[in-house]
Amino acid sequence: MKKVFSLLLVILVSIPLFASEKSSKDEEFDPTDLIMHHISDAHSWHVVSWGEGENEKHIEIPLPILLYSEGKIHTFLFSKFDKKTHIAQSKGQYFIYDHGTIYQTNKEGVVTKDSHGHIINEKPFDFSLTKNVWSMWLSLIIILAIFITIAKMYSDKPSRPKGIQSFFEPIIIFVKNDIAEEQIGSHKAHKFVPYLLTVFFFIWINNLIGLVPFFPGGSNFTGNISVTMVLAIMTFIVTNINGSKSYWKHTLTAPGVPAFVKVLLVPVEIIGLFTKPFALTIRLLANITAGHIIILSLVCLIFILNTVIISPVSVLLSMVMFMLELLVALLQAYIFTLLSAMFIGMAVADEEH
Amino acid sequence: MDFLLTPNPGLVIWTTISFVGLFLALKKYAWGPILQALKVREDTIEYSLQAAEKAKADVEEMVATRQKMMDEAKKERDELLKDTRALKDSILAEAKESAQEETQKLLNVARKQIETDKLTAINQLKNQVADMSIQIASILIDKEIDTDEKQKELINKHLDKANFN
Repeated sequence: MKKVFSLLLVILVSIPLFASEKSSKDEEFDPTDLIMHHISDAHSWHVVSWGEGENEKHIEIPLPILLYSEGKIHTFLFSKFDKKTHIAQSKGQYFIYDHGTIYQTNKEGVVTKDSHGHIINEKPFDFSLTKNVWSMWLSLIIILAIFITIAKMYSDKPSRPKGIQSFFEPIIIFVKNDIAEEQIGSHKAHKFVPYLLTVFFFIWINNLIGLVPFFPGGSNFTGNISVTMVLAIMTFIVTNINGSKSYWKHTLTAPGVPAFVKVLLVPVEIIGLFTKPFALTIRLLANITAGHIIILSLVCLIFILNTVIISPVSVLLSMVMFMLELLVALLQAYIFTLLSAMFIGMAVADEEH
Repeated sequence: MDFLLTPNPGLVIWTTISFVGLFLALKKYAWGPILQALKVREDTIEYSLQAAEKAKADVEEMVATRQKMMDEAKKERDELLKDTRALKDSILAEAKESAQEETQKLLNVARKQIETDKLTAINQLKNQVADMSIQIASILIDKEIDTDEKQKELINKHLDKANFN
């Protein structure tokens, strides 16, 4: 009863907030734009906004921009881009910021567009420390803090696990025994356990950070193709540099099948080498991004229907989705690790098929 | 929306550097010690379990040995008791027998003594009676018989015929 009451209280308190927001949104509300903005990377870190119209205030952290263009490295803060014209000048070059991408331009900010309305100006090589990079570094600090703390707890003589150690130890043992040793075989697994543990906790912790709905969480880091691709390529490299003789023989010569089948089978096997990391990339990306989109869509429902009455439904549904996403965060980390272990296991296996 | 499926080279570079760095740092400072400790603990538990199993077996063996020893001791005690009892019985029986023999012997001696004494008494009585008879006879008849010797002989002859028993 108490719980129901506090939930109602939360909803009641939130109604004026939503109501005030609604009244200002006389212009057409575009959920796609909002959602896409939320799930994409950004060069500044938005913390909070309030007020409306003229009085609208934003708090956002301008992030460092690093560009390589025409033999020069440009470093400046995002805040250097003009608020109105979105043009920044650095070392005699001009850059314009448009929907998350930086283009080269001239002093007047002239851009040329193709028939679809896409800007076709020259792009500098952009290796800025974006929101996702900072989010990842935050996760790095968390992961290192957790596991170095735990590692120190093990430095004494063998004893019963305590505190944070007793929470993570079963997970570590699960990854070691039920993922690595199960898929790779206990005599070869020990070499890959550190990699699999790193992948597992990197994905899991970043998934969880992505679910925190306010600063410094909420970035769609593990739902970004650059990230999932890097992780998948890591697994690809680990898998193939450890490939056994029989694995390569099996892949490249398809032993035991007639010659005319080999002609078909060998290309399929070689393509298979690359579809594995591709599948890993897309699976993680799609699952995490989809989760973010669903939760954001449920919140946007209030503004699409333009009524506050729907807010309890939205809140309840997004709560349910958050719970599901907590599970998905763990599940996707598990699946990625499991599949990596499986691919490695297939590659290091010695026996002939 | 094409940004969703277009990798950003900048982010790829940072992710690669960060991930590799994280992996190396964790491997050296976290996974290494943790996995080592887990292995040590696993081995310790394994060893302890084996030791416990062995200790248990030892205890069981000791219990069995103790039981055996107790059983033997009990048996020995029983045998000792049995022997003692037999010995006691035999001693008692012997004592009884010897006592009986002794008694019998004593009785026999007594009986012989009594017999001898009785015979002596009878003889004395006979002599006394003979003397008395002679005295009486001498008083009654003075000359009839010449010598005492002849009379004594005559009286004894008659006395022998008389049974005193």
